[in-house]
Amino acid sequence: MKKFAVVLAVLAALGAAGFWLLTGPATWAMLRGDGNLAPRGVRSTENGRTMFYAGGCASCHASTGQDDKTKLGGGLGLHSPFGTFYVPNISPHPRDGIGSWSQADFIRAMREGVSPDGSHYYPSFPYTSYQRMTPDDIADLFAHIKTLPPVEGRVRDHALPFPVTIRRTLGLWKLAFLDGQTFKPDPAKSSELNRGGYLVEGPGHCVECHSPRTFAGDIPADRRFAGGPDPEGQGGFIPNITPDASGLKAWSKGEIADLLKTGFTPEYDSVGGSMAAVIRNTSQLTDADRAAMAEYLKSLPPRVSPPKPKKGS
Amino acid sequence: MLRLVIAAAIAASAATTVLAQSDVIAQRKDLMKSAGGATRDPGAMLKGEAAFDLAKVQATLATYQNVATKAPALFTDTSKTGGDTSAAPKVWEDMNGFKAAFEKWNADSKAAAAAIKDEASFKANFPNVLKNCGTCHETYRVKKS
Repeated sequence: MKKFAVVLAVLAALGAAGFWLLTGPATWAMLRGDGNLAPRGVRSTENGRTMFYAGGCASCHASTGQDDKTKLGGGLGLHSPFGTFYVPNISPHPRDGIGSWSQADFIRAMREGVSPDGSHYYPSFPYTSYQRMTPDDIADLFAHIKTLPPVEGRVRDHALPFPVTIRRTLGLWKLAFLDGQTFKPDPAKSSELNRGGYLVEGPGHCVECHSPRTFAGDIPADRRFAGGPDPEGQGGFIPNITPDASGLKAWSKGEIADLLKTGFTPEYDSVGGSMAAVIRNTSQLTDADRAAMAEYLKSLPPRVSPPKPKKGS
Repeated sequence: MLRLVIAAAIAASAATTVLAQSDVIAQRKDLMKSAGGATRDPGAMLKGEAAFDLAKVQATLATYQNVATKAPALFTDTSKTGGDTSAAPKVWEDMNGFKAAFEKWNADSKAAAAAIKDEASFKANFPNVLKNCGTCHETYRVKKS
């Protein structure tokens, strides 16, 4: 009997050690990711500004309770089926924001979802998309954020139920759902289509909202961009943005680009909810970039929308 | 027998309530759609797809003022859900803010109607009116497909 207890204890210890080994950021980096973390070119804050607006950073990170979208003090509560995430301060404040981060820290956070002290971020921070960005674009973005005003104050901790609170489990989630690959342009396609693909799949992170998720919080590959019930609740339904009849089939490329510029649909309906904040960002891009994004969305495989939930009366 | 009558009366009044609330939802949807429809002409003018037409612009601004005046009353307490509404719960949580948003749109439309005399003043003033659409929808409307 005593022997049995010892064996059990050893097994438990091995299990715990295995879990610990398997869920570390270093293990993920060894098994996944393309190790593409070093920028090569010269920094451009102008390109960084483009990435800032393509990435929609301010939509989540702008300080709550005020209108200046360059103040990135955070505080917004993102309600999800996994609990409420409180968006952190990413202003260049040295103590409360990311002012003391190195460029390498920032690139690793964006591409691998790891904080400077080596803990996993929750994928409510959409590094599943940002991983597609090049280290150069991320470094430029960092340079741009450094030009914005520092904001004091740290944001409260996330309000999550156990066991979501154990960040280490995200190591397993990442092994399953984060491949760590930079966007690969397809040389057979036009440079516009590749640019649009990069903006949509990388900084734009459109897929993060415009797709249904499984119980594990991942997006099935064949459901990407097909829309679905709003995970933020309130009974909203997020539109399908594939060129299916239940999506954007009837929309021209110019109409999609116009929506990204003005927020108006072809019927002059004005988009609401958090898409209004997205438009505030995409309206800052060039016409060429918006057209490229539209071109890419039109090139997606058409997918049928998930069924709409029955509305209660 | 009396019981049956009462039950029938309750059922009938419940049906009327349901009818009334989906009715008011349909009305406000039509009203908001009329604002969208009215935006088509000036929208095309702003994009340079149609020639500037002062009369059409003024008609649109009159429609906006009409919609902004009538709409708040159609968001009744019994019409929070149902009828495929995309009104967010926030409408009823913050009815004062919601009404103020319509008043601002109304006032901006009135100011633009006074200021717009030609194409230049149209391009300078009209976008300011249009901003009201997105600002209000951001807070008071859920996403919809």
